[in-house]
Amino acid sequence: MGCEPLPEGRRELVHVHDVEVTLGGRTVLRDVDFRIAEGEFVGLIGTNGSGKTTLLRAILGLQPTSGGEVVVAGREGRRGGPVGYVPQRVTFDHDVPVRVADFVALGVDGTRLGLARRGRGVRERVDEVLASLELGALAGRRIGALSGGEQQRVLMAHALASRPRLLLLDEPLANLDLPRVHETIAVLDRVRRSEGVAVLLSAHEIGPLVPVMDRVVYVAQGRVACGTTGEVVRPEVLSALYGHHVDVLNVHGRVVVVEGEPGDPGAHPEVVVR
Amino acid sequence: MFEPFMVNAWLAGTLVAVVSGAVGLFVVERHRAFAAHAIPNGAFAGAAGATLVGASPLLGLVVFAVASALGVAALGRRRNDVVTALALVTMLALGAALLAASGAYEPAIDALLFGQVLGVSRGEVVALALLVVGAGAVLALVFRPLLYSSLSEEVAAARGVAVRALDATFLVLVAMTAALAVPVVGTLLTFALTVGPPAAARALARGAGRALALAAALSLACVWAAIASAYLSGWPIGFFVGAYAAVEYVVARAASAWREGRARP
Amino acid sequence: MHWLVEPGFWSNPVVGPALVLGAVVAAVSAAVGVVVVVRGQSFAGHALTDVAMAGGAGASLVGASPLLGFLLAGIVGGGSIEAAGAERVRDRDVATGVVLGAAAGLTALLLYFVSSSTSATGSTQSVLFGSVFTVSRSVVPLGVAVAAATLVTLFSVRRPLLLSSLSPELAAARGVRPRVMGLVFVVVLAASVALSALVIGAILSTALLVGPASAALRVSRGLVGATVGAIVAGVASVELGILASYDSFYWSAAHRSVPVSACVVGVVLVEVAAATVWSRWRRGRG
Repeated sequence: MGCEPLPEGRRELVHVHDVEVTLGGRTVLRDVDFRIAEGEFVGLIGTNGSGKTTLLRAILGLQPTSGGEVVVAGREGRRGGPVGYVPQRVTFDHDVPVRVADFVALGVDGTRLGLARRGRGVRERVDEVLASLELGALAGRRIGALSGGEQQRVLMAHALASRPRLLLLDEPLANLDLPRVHETIAVLDRVRRSEGVAVLLSAHEIGPLVPVMDRVVYVAQGRVACGTTGEVVRPEVLSALYGHHVDVLNVHGRVVVVEGEPGDPGAHPEVVVR
Repeated sequence: MFEPFMVNAWLAGTLVAVVSGAVGLFVVERHRAFAAHAIPNGAFAGAAGATLVGASPLLGLVVFAVASALGVAALGRRRNDVVTALALVTMLALGAALLAASGAYEPAIDALLFGQVLGVSRGEVVALALLVVGAGAVLALVFRPLLYSSLSEEVAAARGVAVRALDATFLVLVAMTAALAVPVVGTLLTFALTVGPPAAARALARGAGRALALAAALSLACVWAAIASAYLSGWPIGFFVGAYAAVEYVVARAASAWREGRARP
Repeated sequence: MHWLVEPGFWSNPVVGPALVLGAVVAAVSAAVGVVVVVRGQSFAGHALTDVAMAGGAGASLVGASPLLGFLLAGIVGGGSIEAAGAERVRDRDVATGVVLGAAAGLTALLLYFVSSSTSATGSTQSVLFGSVFTVSRSVVPLGVAVAAATLVTLFSVRRPLLLSSLSPELAAARGVRPRVMGLVFVVVLAASVALSALVIGAILSTALLVGPASAALRVSRGLVGATVGAIVAGVASVELGILASYDSFYWSAAHRSVPVSACVVGVVLVEVAAATVWSRWRRGRG
């Protein structure tokens, strides 16, 4: 299912072109084809194990593809592109002797060899990113001593430090309570406007993202469907994607996706996506 | 304590301490303590092999240590502790077979295992100095990407750090440290020096640069105190290195816990 | 069969106890080893051999039973690794390393005392490399008893132990205390390692703990199958290794035998390589 055309007047930043990924003899993604425009906010929605992380890793060049290609900013996808990455889980040792500001600076110069001192440009950029994510007060703390939520925010600052054109976030909303979910989304929406960066964010719940998302990429059964929320989050589109009946309900202005129906042999009525 | 025959011991101990402390910081950071233990044992087999064919023991140490390091780097991507354990027993068994074949007498084995800092020759000190300069240069060159990939290999790889090449480089660095430290403090205690003082340093220091300097300083203090104690008591130096390294670690942990307790009342 | 088993193998007085004790130790190591590999504690398993050695050296200094020294040191060392590391799982690497370093230093000191007080030589080598051929018959009953106790303990805690190894959170939710389980297991591990370090030496102790278990885990899907497979592989490698070492005396031109440890490690490596090739081939087909 293609996602043409890009929103009016936007230039293409990412093209995931007919990508297929095989892991251990099993095809986990096939015919995945979509584009992301400069500055767009795209949600990558799917249940656990649907292949969201694999797709993000393929875009980063960390996961070899068995077919198709990924083009980021006009260059075939490989590591070290203009992409910032916030993985789902990084556990820092408690004793790691690295301050928050140092870790964010590694986002800019972590690939550089030698011991040359950090230039003023790097330090100013670090301060700027920390300020825009409201982390200024933590700059001198050790990363291992922060809470999980703070560490995730620091990882976002780290990913943004090198002024990427695309920010990839793997399940940043998992394990957050609802107020923190909305807060995180608001911060991301603000940052993507101030930094002019496109955002591709994976989540298993679509609801909280609907107000800020430009478009959605829905992953199920190793395939994707994409478009605006209105185009994709419809019973017939999602039923075709999942291969069985799916209902889309609107409850108090919130989107609820219900997979299967009562009495359906083999299908379990189950709320999978809020 | 500073008689002419002790000068080489002090020089050699100093060189070994500085480089073990610095490399050891990354051993701890990268959770590679087991590899850091296994690689000196590979070096031990090399020394035994070199004795058998009549080559220089230092050459045997370097060749075998680097070979074990590359073996662990190549095979140990996922289940690295199992691979490390197997590499370790292979090298030790090889060492045992080579020793049996060469019929070397026991004091030579004791010297390799537990070190013989008093027997260090001038030539060995020069070789040590060259190795220290080389290892220091490599460490300075890769310091930042190495730190980056130690924090999160996934994120560093996405940014374009060549994580596999870096891991192999690092393990070769561990191997060089092992090769130069083994004849001085022995296989068993080379290891104590690469883990205890650096682990103590990272519990205390805030920035990576300071942690590196503190790790080298603590390691130096450990070795100097051990040489002095061994000289005064006549007991083996290895005992003091192991004991002082453990004491440094325990004290640093306690200090860090106490500081944190005060920070959040 | 004469080409395979050189003369005197069965009638030799040291071969009999070696075969029996070697098999017992290999079986215990393999069974414990499966849990070690699943829990990712190979390093601790190896470190405990060096820790136990310190106990062995101490025992020979005061004239106590070496097995007692090995056991006591192993349990104390294992307990301190677990106590220092249990708080933060990722600190375990460092805790293991520090305990190992200190124990190695202590061994050096005690061996120094032993050698200066008794002028006996060969103690270092026998402690490190061990040799089933030098094990005296008197150790057999006590060794078998320790082995049996270890196996029985492991068998009775196997379910909560596995659950807490695979998911500490899940185990805690079911009322299993992961820290208690960790402590129980480290005692089992220490007993098994102490026994094997005494009987077959430090090298073989680690080889038999990790090798057969990792080979069996590559081939078998279930844990029961893996444990049985590991025991079979472990016993086979000890018996074949002893045979090869014995035979090598007659085969080599110089009549110098290859050490048992090298022979057993050789068999273990062949097993691991075969299991790896087999599992790759099967995955390639599936």
